[in-house]
Amino acid sequence: MTLLIARNIKKRFGGLQALTTLDVTVEPKSIHSVIGPNGAGKTTFFNCLTGFYKPEEGEILFEGRAIQGMPPDRVASRGISRTYQNIRLFSNVTVLENVLVGMHRHLHTGWFGAVIRPPTVRREEVAANDEAMRILKFVDLDKKADFVAKNLPYGEQRRLEIARALASKPTLILLDEPTAGMNPKETEDTTDLIRRLRDDLGITVLLIEHDMKVVMNISDLITVLDFGKKIAEGDSLAIRSDTHVIEAYLGRGAATGDSYGAKTPAKTEA
Amino acid sequence: MKSDRPFTLVDAAKLGLYGGISAILISLVGMTAAFAKTAIIADLLTMAQVLIYGLAFMVGFVVVGRAARGSRGLALPAGALASAVTMLSLSLLALLIGAVNLRTIFTNATAELANLILPGETSGLAGALLLTGAGAAVGLVAWLLTFVPTRIRNGLFGGIAAVVLFGLMQDVLVPILPKSVDDFLFESKGLTWVGAVVVFVLFFILSYLYAMRSQVRISRLDKLPPQQRQIARFAFTLVALIILTLLPRILGPFLSEVANQVGFYIIMALGLNVVVGFAGMLDLGYVAFYAIGAYTMAVLTTPELPIMREILPQLTFWEALPFAVGAALLAGILLGIPVLKTRGDYLAIITLGFGEIIRLLVLSDALKPFLGGAQGITGVGRPKIDDFTATNPQQFYYLILVAIVVAWFITSRLKSSRLGRSWMAIREDEDVAAAMSINLVGYKLLAFATGATLAGLSGALFASKLGSMVPASFNVLVSINVLAVLIVGGMGSLPGAVVGAIVLIGLPELLREFNEFRWWVYGAVLVFMMLNKPEGLWPEATRVRELHEAEAEHTHVDDDASPTAPATA
Amino acid sequence: MLARLRREFDIADLVLYLIGLGLLIAIVYGSIVTLSSGKYTTAQWLNFIIFGLAQGGIYALIALGYTMVYGILGMINFAHGEFFMMGSFGAFFTTAALAEMGFLERNPILSILLMMVVAMTVSAAVAVLSERIAYRPLRRAPRLVPLITAIGVSYFLQYTARGLFGSSVKAFPNIPALSGAVQLGPIAIQRSQIAVFVVVALMLLSLYFIVQRTKVGRAIRSVAEDKDAAALMGVDVDRTIALTFLIGGIMAGAAGVMYGIVFRQASFWMGFVPGLKAFTAAVLGGIGNIAGAVLGGISLGVVESIGPSLFLDGLGIAAPHQLKDAIAFTVLVLILIFRPTGLLGERLSKRA
Ligand SMILES: Nc1ncnc2c1ncn2[C@@H]1O[C@H](COP(=O)(O)OP(=O)(O)O)[C@@H](O)[C@H]1O
Ligand SMILES: [Mg+2]
Repeated sequence: MTLLIARNIKKRFGGLQALTTLDVTVEPKSIHSVIGPNGAGKTTFFNCLTGFYKPEEGEILFEGRAIQGMPPDRVASRGISRTYQNIRLFSNVTVLENVLVGMHRHLHTGWFGAVIRPPTVRREEVAANDEAMRILKFVDLDKKADFVAKNLPYGEQRRLEIARALASKPTLILLDEPTAGMNPKETEDTTDLIRRLRDDLGITVLLIEHDMKVVMNISDLITVLDFGKKIAEGDSLAIRSDTHVIEAYLGRGAATGDSYGAKTPAKTEA
Repeated sequence: MKSDRPFTLVDAAKLGLYGGISAILISLVGMTAAFAKTAIIADLLTMAQVLIYGLAFMVGFVVVGRAARGSRGLALPAGALASAVTMLSLSLLALLIGAVNLRTIFTNATAELANLILPGETSGLAGALLLTGAGAAVGLVAWLLTFVPTRIRNGLFGGIAAVVLFGLMQDVLVPILPKSVDDFLFESKGLTWVGAVVVFVLFFILSYLYAMRSQVRISRLDKLPPQQRQIARFAFTLVALIILTLLPRILGPFLSEVANQVGFYIIMALGLNVVVGFAGMLDLGYVAFYAIGAYTMAVLTTPELPIMREILPQLTFWEALPFAVGAALLAGILLGIPVLKTRGDYLAIITLGFGEIIRLLVLSDALKPFLGGAQGITGVGRPKIDDFTATNPQQFYYLILVAIVVAWFITSRLKSSRLGRSWMAIREDEDVAAAMSINLVGYKLLAFATGATLAGLSGALFASKLGSMVPASFNVLVSINVLAVLIVGGMGSLPGAVVGAIVLIGLPELLREFNEFRWWVYGAVLVFMMLNKPEGLWPEATRVRELHEAEAEHTHVDDDASPTAPATA
Repeated sequence: MLARLRREFDIADLVLYLIGLGLLIAIVYGSIVTLSSGKYTTAQWLNFIIFGLAQGGIYALIALGYTMVYGILGMINFAHGEFFMMGSFGAFFTTAALAEMGFLERNPILSILLMMVVAMTVSAAVAVLSERIAYRPLRRAPRLVPLITAIGVSYFLQYTARGLFGSSVKAFPNIPALSGAVQLGPIAIQRSQIAVFVVVALMLLSLYFIVQRTKVGRAIRSVAEDKDAAALMGVDVDRTIALTFLIGGIMAGAAGVMYGIVFRQASFWMGFVPGLKAFTAAVLGGIGNIAGAVLGGISLGVVESIGPSLFLDGLGIAAPHQLKDAIAFTVLVLILIFRPTGLLGERLSKRA
């Protein structure tokens, strides 16, 4: 069964049609990349999936159930979590606390539980701490659990964002340019991490990425957007030779080596 | 922000002028005249002099510091110039008052004020020159102080501060201290000459020792193994509780009354802290819940209001208390639902609007039969256990203390729980919090309702303690007061709420002369704190980081080096 | 359809709409009762409306300051009501002095102009100084910080006025040229109200001209649009923001004079309620939107003026005019909840 079906999504900002009749289907336990020039509507697509934007038209089915129009927290509690193009950590608290917030949907302590703190709550907190440390170990940040998030170097902040997204034990994780601004070594590590998400944890990954080496390397399927429309879809071989894709990128004169477009995060971001 | 341009005498004069404008403002709003009546040292020093010369000194001290960073040689002339300019501006005011009638506009611009400003028996140009000269001398003193080792300097400041405080608090201290000590320290107005010297020397030594030992002690506590640290903390709590229990006896009736006032605000501040400090929602209508708690208590327990008595039976304090708290909780939820749909700044305004609506309703004739209208309600029930009824502040103290402990316990537990984390997430980034499946409205509502409940508790105790109440006690100033307490103490910090309440509510009650200028100073303090120390006097670790973010961004360029401070959560 | 409803259903929304519906029914019912009872004559209603228009014009002038500052800084300048109060004191001392000299009686027009100049100068000076000292250093601070600062400025100014000018209410001297009424058919319009209409109209026209037609206006609009971009285009952002405060202050000063002419009093606390109402007006019209502030101010003035007689009276509420302010604040609350973008709503900035 397909995990996510987005059908006929339309999203407009004033006069700008950011997404026009977009169809995307994501298979479970796959790495599905979304690429396209800057401003193509990739991030907008993520925002529609996670409930931050309400598309004017279209249908989004997740695990067979409609989720379009749902508020973000309810979408998240269905098992979709995400990272952001411009890092959005809780920057003044510790690394560990960031991950603990991510675990919100699997914890149950309510107001009275928090105040009275019975043994069940204590156990839950201890278990949550252990689990958080385990997740941090997975992204190799366990030694920095007590650091304040904003004091981490850039690459580690990106990994922490992934860890926070993992903490909710998602079925589907949306990564928005996870290697943006990284050096080659960090990029390689992150690529590896993304692959482990699928292979070790069985999580489906929907990935926006500008670095073509990464995309070609790990994607099971690639969707190419331009001006809010899907212009091509296929595996890396097919995309590499697709004339529409080459046109879309070359037409903008942005092709340099194996990465495309500006690497700096776009300024407009939800 | 600071420019790299070297500091010049023109800059010094400019800063001196700012000081002068402040001094003029302080005089024109009436502080100088009011404080001239408060003697610090009998027949020698008044509070007004402390204020004016203190201001000139501060200007000089700051200027000397800045000038010295450029060249040492500039420090003395710059400091003297700045302080002199400050005093010159002030003496110009005195001259102006002598020449023109400013009183039609500025009520405080009296001939008396001019006399107060100019030193001693002097007047006119001579007085102005003398005051300016005194300013230069003050600047010189500020310069000399830079050569004194820091520890001794702190000792000096500590000693002077103690003398001023003793002088200010004469009325408060005299009833507490033994008669012999009183006679030694105080005359009928102000400290005796000898008393001032003794206080100064004593506190000089104390501050000197404190500065020396404080670092040692802190590091030693940190080094203790966790087990012993817990024991130390427990012992500390025990001692604190014992002192708190004995406090009303030590304080006597007047100070206990002040302690009561402080207590009401501590409870409210702890509650508002959940809303503003934890969840980051600026609630300016907080007084509404205080009012609801108070009114529920009053309406349920008063023998007046015949219409209400027909509907509801008259309850005792203890029976009414849960209803009062419950009513505030309910109101918190009902008002919270519409309010929390809005974001950020709008939330502040909408809560302010709600607070005003409730005040207007309470005041209106329309609801007078139910709520007493503008005259308020008397005969509010008092807490009674068996035959004992708490009526005076010394007895009420214990009730309030229990309420504070409960409020502290609840809020501190909430803070370090899943709820506290969710609130933190909402405070830091609502969108991301929602993407972590946190239901924004739900969690905001929890914070809002928790805050409302504590305000209701405080209000119920307040109504009962007063025994009667008027709607005037529930205006927007109360909300601002609580907010100021939080900001001065440190947003999000529980000890901060207590310290803030003691400083902002307790001190003005003790310094009667100050009370009139309370709001003026609050306004200035809010602005000053936001500009210079947004994390408050007793901050929480997180807040320091949050509010100094901009500066931090500049300082940690060397990202890859291990960050210096792992957080103490 | 049903599935969609279930998905998007939210208990909070339901409660909100029920409250809204309840209020609406109460208002309609109250109005019907009042109107069918014929308690007030048409002339009375018209008088209420004219009073509301004058009052609303004053709100509009104050609201402009809120809206322009919000438009450019995304910040609610809580202290704006105090700028208005300071201007009113400026007007008071000027008229008092002029009245004493007998100048007021001889040259009423010139006197009013002089009042305006003094009041506008005082308000504008206070506004620009507040911006320079308290707000400018906080451009990049977390969002609660400037708001709290503004509250601090507000209290500081209020109690500065109290300290400087005393805590009593100052009564404006009578301006003979503006007392009495002009009969227009069945209704009598106060001369002071006519003066308000004229001044408000002139102020609004000049503001419109400044914002739309001059270089300053273009700078203000470009900074409001995007500070960084404007800076890149060579606009001096700090200076433009200061200018915005200046213009807002001038409008508040004019409002201070008008308030003095209509209500003939000044006091240190007079800024709070009109300030809050003007803010309501700004939100009602759509904050950040200049035309909206005018529309919002006038609508609020009228609603507040006819409301107590129209629907509170009909609901059988005793002393309905005591609740005039409560109506204004209820409008504030309802607008913020149901239509935070206001009547002429533009897109709200993300910060709101
Ligand atoms: N909140 C918004 N308001 C207006 N326009 C937006 C908004 N978010 C995105 N856009 C516009 O939509 C287009 C697509 O943006 P985005 O999805 O961020 O592109 P990208 O593919 O680079 O992620 C861009 O032109 C962008 O300016
Ligand atoms: Mg993007």
